[in-house]
Amino acid sequence: MEALLGGIQILMSWQVLVALLIGSVGGVIIGAIPGVGAAVAIAILLPATFAFEPIVGLTVLLGIYGSAMYGGSIPAILLNTPGTPVNALTTYDGYPMTKRGQAHRALSLAYSASFFGGVFAIICLILFAPVLAWVAPNFGSREIFLAALLGIILVILAHRGQIMAAGMMAFLGIFLSTIGLEPARYTHRFTFGQGWLTSGINLIVIVLGLFAISQALLLLLDKERKPESARVEGSLWGGFVELLGLKRVAGVASSLGVMMGTIPGVGEFTAQFLSYTYAQKTSKTPEAFGDGSPEGLVASECANNAVPAAAMIPLLALGVPGEALTAMMLSVFYVHNVIPGPQLFQNEMDFVMALYMAMLLLNVIVIVFLLSSTNLLLKITQIPTRFLGMMILVLSFVGVYSLRNSAVDCALAAGFGVFGLILKRLNLPIVPIVLGVVLGAIMEVKLRSAIARINEPLDWFNRPISVVLILLILFVVGNHYRAVLLEHRQRVQRAADGDLKDREGEAPVAPEGF
Amino acid sequence: MTRLKTFQELFKRDRRPGDLVFAVLFLGFCLFLLANLRSQAQWLDNTATVAQPAFWPTVAVIGMSFFAGLHLIGSMVSPRIPGRLKEGIFWLRSAEYAVYFLIYVWSVPIVGYLLSTILFSLFLTIRLGYRSHTAIIMSVLFGLSVVLVFRTGLQVRIPPGQIYQYLPDSIRTFAMVYL
Repeated sequence: MEALLGGIQILMSWQVLVALLIGSVGGVIIGAIPGVGAAVAIAILLPATFAFEPIVGLTVLLGIYGSAMYGGSIPAILLNTPGTPVNALTTYDGYPMTKRGQAHRALSLAYSASFFGGVFAIICLILFAPVLAWVAPNFGSREIFLAALLGIILVILAHRGQIMAAGMMAFLGIFLSTIGLEPARYTHRFTFGQGWLTSGINLIVIVLGLFAISQALLLLLDKERKPESARVEGSLWGGFVELLGLKRVAGVASSLGVMMGTIPGVGEFTAQFLSYTYAQKTSKTPEAFGDGSPEGLVASECANNAVPAAAMIPLLALGVPGEALTAMMLSVFYVHNVIPGPQLFQNEMDFVMALYMAMLLLNVIVIVFLLSSTNLLLKITQIPTRFLGMMILVLSFVGVYSLRNSAVDCALAAGFGVFGLILKRLNLPIVPIVLGVVLGAIMEVKLRSAIARINEPLDWFNRPISVVLILLILFVVGNHYRAVLLEHRQRVQRAADGDLKDREGEAPVAPEGF
Repeated sequence: MTRLKTFQELFKRDRRPGDLVFAVLFLGFCLFLLANLRSQAQWLDNTATVAQPAFWPTVAVIGMSFFAGLHLIGSMVSPRIPGRLKEGIFWLRSAEYAVYFLIYVWSVPIVGYLLSTILFSLFLTIRLGYRSHTAIIMSVLFGLSVVLVFRTGLQVRIPPGQIYQYLPDSIRTFAMVYL
């Protein structure tokens, strides 16, 4: 209770409230513009927030993070173009509803489902805070190393069908984190005698290049698109009433969002996939899914909006980010010398509570803004795509250059931009690179300090959380190996039965493989 | 033969044009790092293996090479979609805008953030083919508002332009601090 009151006190300053307003409204606008997304916006704004108080800077970024997916549902439903990648599933049922003349109903349902998912996750966070505060101090260097290792493994295995690519990108990230002067023994690593590599490659340079500049280049070179859509007339409050009839789907989808958000490396896509599958399997009209099913829309929006709040759990409690956006936020903590992890929960619970309440407030601000400004946002979505590319490129400069006024950083970011563009064109994953950079650095530091207390391999098993994490790692890897083996055996069986024919030029792709 | 075929199926994946080129280049980069591993990361005496400066670079480079090798196998056994040359040209075309970006970076400390940003926005707008008065005005207003928000408002750290010292005394300080 004391922490709750302390949190309210921190939140009650005009700077925090203004930051919250700008972050949440800005996030909705950014999310509504296809081709921008929260990652680009956070990457650009990150260095600008370093000048603020930690709570103010984090509130702006949290606002963008938590509200972008709300805005992303507008073009997904009205234009069949997801505003952010995680709104892709919303197009399955949202757009068919628009085509049937139910755009108003679809938007209203999406807003209310998003609000429910967001608020549900934050209430879970607040309720779990005492448990986290109790568990977090039991995480020492060894446990944090294992949690980061689990995160890396999960982020690789989560890219089913692209595991090799995800693996090489995650290890590339770890490699990038090692470049420069090594902090413990002051030896140079992969600097090739170049002075500009001594200080290493900054995470923000990598993130801005891979997310913002690559997106700008992609838009600048892409064909011109100027989406058109009709106005939405009438009140959008009706969705809340309809959501009451779908409370089972909303509750399960939000719970899955919270669970998947908590696990590092998993995130929105898995949460949505599981929720959508659950909703379809338990629906009385499963055939309507993909053709304008309100249940499908609710499952998708509840799940993806529950994830951001839940993703703060590993970040705040362990200092281990679960995905790219929380990895970026980690740098804001570090800049202000606020180190997320067990100590934060022990010593600054009021700060944690303030963050939770800021997230709760942002959901209220966003829903009020959306219910009154949908048509205004529709106009913003109509910015020509190449002009948008120009805007992102101009803004990217602020992000990189303001970091340390280095032209080398800008050149590196441009290089990462071209690399990111190639990855996007080839449909190869980018997120594992960012997580590799962040988790790689964490693993190195934590393993080094953990090893001082480990004399023999069995010492890894002398603490309960450490044992649980090792078993989890073994389970995740073993389970994946089992799934691949099973699939391989089925193929062998099919081949033996003569089903696998040699079809020149039309051999089936195996998305379920590695 | 059937066993080999079913094994290959495991590695098959969605392969876009240019995938093989990327897979070969990335593996080449990994092998280059592998070849330089000994000279670029040190193993010290009397230090535990995991605390060695070279430990994590070694893990990373070996991991990269391992996965890059498997990725290349995946690329070779997956059905090819034609268009490699066209895709390669697309990648190279992106370098044009990267070069414009670097020229912009180079010009900021000389002509100042305000002028360089407006000129860069304007140049890109025209280069992209937007020639209408509205587009030109929008790009100038966008450049101006970026400077007003970040340099004037948020006081983001960007050095003043060298040309500001030639401005009249009355506005020089203002330009150096806010533009």
